[in-house]
Amino acid sequence: MNRIDARFNALSEEKKTAFIAFITAGDPTLDYTEELVLKFEEAGVDIIEFGVPFSDPVADGVVNQEAAQRALKHNVSLHDIVARIKTLRKRTQIPLVLFTYFNPVLAYGLASFAKDAADAGVDGVLCVDLPPEEAGEYRQRLDEKDIATVFLAAPTSSLERIEIIAQASTGFVYYVSRTGVTGERADVEASVKGRVAEIKGFSDKPVVVGFGISNPEQAAEVSGYADGVVVGSAIVRMVGELGEAPDMPAKVGDFVRSLVDATKGKDSA
Amino acid sequence: MNEFADSSKTPKHPYPDARGRYGDFGGKYVPETLMCALDELEQAYAAACEDDAFQAELRALQINYVGRPTPLYYAKRFTEHLGGAKVYFKREDLAHTGAHKINNALGQALLAKRMGKRRLIAETGAGQHGVATATAAALFGFDCDVYMGTEDIERQKLNVFRMKLLGTNVVPVDSGSKTLKDAINEALRDWVTNVADTHYVLGTVHGPHPFPLICRGFQSVIGREARQQIMEQEGRLPDCLIACVGGGSNAIGLFFEFLREDAIRMIGVEAGGYGIESGQHAARFAGGKLGMLQGAYSYVLQDENGQILGTHSVSAGLDYASVGPEHACLFTSGRVEYTYATDDEALDAFQLISELEGIIPALESAHAIAHACKVVPRMDPGEVVILNMSGRGDKDVHQAARFILSEDLT
Repeated sequence: MNRIDARFNALSEEKKTAFIAFITAGDPTLDYTEELVLKFEEAGVDIIEFGVPFSDPVADGVVNQEAAQRALKHNVSLHDIVARIKTLRKRTQIPLVLFTYFNPVLAYGLASFAKDAADAGVDGVLCVDLPPEEAGEYRQRLDEKDIATVFLAAPTSSLERIEIIAQASTGFVYYVSRTGVTGERADVEASVKGRVAEIKGFSDKPVVVGFGISNPEQAAEVSGYADGVVVGSAIVRMVGELGEAPDMPAKVGDFVRSLVDATKGKDSA
Repeated sequence: MNEFADSSKTPKHPYPDARGRYGDFGGKYVPETLMCALDELEQAYAAACEDDAFQAELRALQINYVGRPTPLYYAKRFTEHLGGAKVYFKREDLAHTGAHKINNALGQALLAKRMGKRRLIAETGAGQHGVATATAAALFGFDCDVYMGTEDIERQKLNVFRMKLLGTNVVPVDSGSKTLKDAINEALRDWVTNVADTHYVLGTVHGPHPFPLICRGFQSVIGREARQQIMEQEGRLPDCLIACVGGGSNAIGLFFEFLREDAIRMIGVEAGGYGIESGQHAARFAGGKLGMLQGAYSYVLQDENGQILGTHSVSAGLDYASVGPEHACLFTSGRVEYTYATDDEALDAFQLISELEGIIPALESAHAIAHACKVVPRMDPGEVVILNMSGRGDKDVHQAARFILSEDLT
């Protein structure tokens, strides 16, 4: 069974919500990324999303744009990331999802990418600029290798589209909690709870919520109705601020632990 | 005259299909948030195509506001200079605001009004599309923000001031290569955030479906007029069409009406910058690979990992890493030939046409002229060429002076 499905099954039995951490792979270097993954696992993170750095990230706010630029300074490529995951699999079995733009995947070649990603131990892929309508061969190649294809649903998605997205998604459905690019926000929009319920009306796949969730209070709020909570920019910003400080992974790990605890209904120690 | 291009009249080129594809190219590669806006736009455009009142309003604006039809001018001294085919210029440089861009901007602004939007946004490279959008925004009373790379702001100061004068807010974009591609990224981010009340006036035949279709629809008036005008002046169709290709809207605007005429040769001229071997250019068909940038599958200048490469051209309007999907289709089918002119060749052509014809061309259009200088002398004097003079060069005189005189005009 795919590691993502196994994790959600286990969480379902425990009646717990998943916490999903996003970091940009290769920011500031792939060695740091590897250390962050291990710290996040210790902190109780359920799934890690690796942002694949891209030169033209149209769906990202400034924090993730700058992280991608830091990684691209070292020419971190999708090949490098897949290769690093293969190494990382000797140290952890935490579910890993690649969060990417479509062009790097196209340049890799869909068939080679699916094969290499499966060999390396990638569990899922989310292409932020690839709607299900354009994803025919992509879905086929990844399905063949039992890699989950996660699609985004948005506040602007019609019910008709929500149904298409829910059916095309495997692993989980990712609900974008606001109309906009990635980044931290002061509040979670009131409509999110109802939209999550609508998605669940079309499928029994887990629904996770992200884009804008940035602190333990918001994570706790969303965990009340979603199957998973994604925090990205708040973590990425901290990585950027601490940079290559030796204790960066530990410090970011502590922050992530507070998010995990809030998501799981525990008071932060 | 129907104001929209109708693919059904060109059975040899029945694109786009229902999925917004031109053969393998095009499509709708956008974040989910924008999918509803693209559907809304597609429906609004289809309804406008069938609406006589909309077409009458657009036609009246084209005549009384833009100054259409633009002349088809026989460039006698240029023809004599080259000593080959007769060369006509389709004078889009004489359209209001100084380039063909107004055709699309006005049409899309009318569409935005029909959709009940209150705000327009746009990207701009050379500033011509930004000025055209700012003009349409002023005319219809829209709020307007135009995204422009800081490098382009530097080389197109005149157009930046024009936009401000027209009441538009020019937003500097300092990310990436600080040119057109980055301005489009920022415009897309704005649209993702403000999609409910904002229409994105995309300025060329690129981007996700239905933008390439809509832009072609509003630009194809160029070719329809040119066809009628050449029949009046020469009593026959042209043998060859030449246009510069950045995103490709002026080229599609001229070519589309003639695609069904197999005998007519068509040439699109990209920006060769410092030359292909230098890596500093924007010749997508010479140096690009298949890929997806900013909503459409097409030819893209990219590295082996799919990262988008920086581009260079003396002309900001051609300085873009991808090309409209319909051009990719016409390239692979061989229907249209694509080539490039370097910065130096374009600058020579810029001076040549200024001196020979009393027309200062846009540096973009100068790329088409530069190529005409190569092919027209090899043609028969009985043959006829139409070259799209897509814009005027007033905006470029500072930039040109820097290269030609090696001094700054201040």
